[in-house]
Amino acid sequence: MNEEHLHAPSGAYALDALPDDERDEFERHLRDCPACAQEVRELSATAARLGSAVASAPPAALKEQVLSRISTVRQLPPTFLPGVSAPQPTSGRMGRLPRLVLAACVAAATAFGGVAVWQHQEAWQAEEQAQRAEQRAADMARVLVAPDARTVTASGKGGAKATVVVSREENSAVFLASGLPELPSGKTYQLWFADGGKMRPAGLTRTDGGLVMEGDVDGASGVGVTVEPAGGSPQPTSTPLMLMTLPA
Amino acid sequence: MREFARIGGSSHREPDLSEVVAQVAGGDQDAFATLYDSIAGPVFGLVLRVLRDPAQSEEVAQEVMVEVWRHAARFRPEQGSVMAWVMTMAHRRAVDRVRSEQAATERDRRSARREHTPAYDQVSEEVTVRLESEQVRRCLQSLTELQKQAVTLAYYHGYTYREVAASLSAPLGTVKTRLRDGLIRLRDCMGVNA
Repeated sequence: MNEEHLHAPSGAYALDALPDDERDEFERHLRDCPACAQEVRELSATAARLGSAVASAPPAALKEQVLSRISTVRQLPPTFLPGVSAPQPTSGRMGRLPRLVLAACVAAATAFGGVAVWQHQEAWQAEEQAQRAEQRAADMARVLVAPDARTVTASGKGGAKATVVVSREENSAVFLASGLPELPSGKTYQLWFADGGKMRPAGLTRTDGGLVMEGDVDGASGVGVTVEPAGGSPQPTSTPLMLMTLPA
Repeated sequence: MREFARIGGSSHREPDLSEVVAQVAGGDQDAFATLYDSIAGPVFGLVLRVLRDPAQSEEVAQEVMVEVWRHAARFRPEQGSVMAWVMTMAHRRAVDRVRSEQAATERDRRSARREHTPAYDQVSEEVTVRLESEQVRRCLQSLTELQKQAVTLAYYHGYTYREVAASLSAPLGTVKTRLRDGLIRLRDCMGVNA
């Protein structure tokens, strides 16, 4: 995929002209592309000038309404950046956790919490993102530290590596990936549980990192990864990039 | 003639708005009143331009103001100006309102067609606003017709790029590209840096 194509949505993004799905996708891309983030900041500032140019005095009563309303609205504390303040091995308890767990927690925070790329995204989403990242990290840790946790690893083309940690007791599995090739827009990686000969959807991801697979492990005998159209498919539509057999 | 001194400048509009925001972040309601005076006109004007309906625009402008109050402590000057921060929120809110209404029901064409003549604020910032508009007008004229129409439909009408493409009968990819290169040209023309 060429650079131009990746940058292309920055104008539409700065003008709030991307539909929700494409906006989410571009925001994920922004997290890994400082140059794009800078361009978005500049183009947003440019759009803001278009806005200021149509200034119009609001009704005088609005000021009183706003001032009286803010007196009852609690202000948020300064930014909490989930990507930056990912779990750190400061306490003894944390220090004893396996390195894999720490790596997974950091992966969860960076993959899903992310460092907000610019002001308004941060303003609107930081709290939710932080909560979701925490929840995911906790879900993930529960699987990774389960006494019966077992690990399988597979390699794909171009240095892609995937590890699945499964706990039959927790009935849950964690998928960790690194070196996944970047996908064209409109495509996603889809995870599958193999139940005998049948594949059942187990979540989507577009990037490296870790996630708790969707659904129960139950009797699944394997895990597969395919490339599917954005939004995923009910059944695999392409040959699996990787297949792993789960320990019984 | 004073205009000459202003063109190309980017920090002229808000010598100390970020300091005001810092005070607001500390819960200073008087500082917020000061901030309100600087941003209310641009916020309301933009929201009104997108939504067209004055009553709804007042509601949305009020939501934006409350968001500014709530999030003041999270404003980071190194990521851009106060005005860019505020206007980005205002546009997003206005567009959210448009989209949620579209999702609920077909947009109210009657109110969408209603013309609004902006009543420029008669106070101190009038001059600034007018000059700012002149610069914006001049820079918009420097765009190609397709760039100008695409940017205008997206920003002032709150269209998605798909809606822009449909209304201009242009391919999706072309519209996406024109929105980007149009904004880049505007950025360079207005001397915006962030």
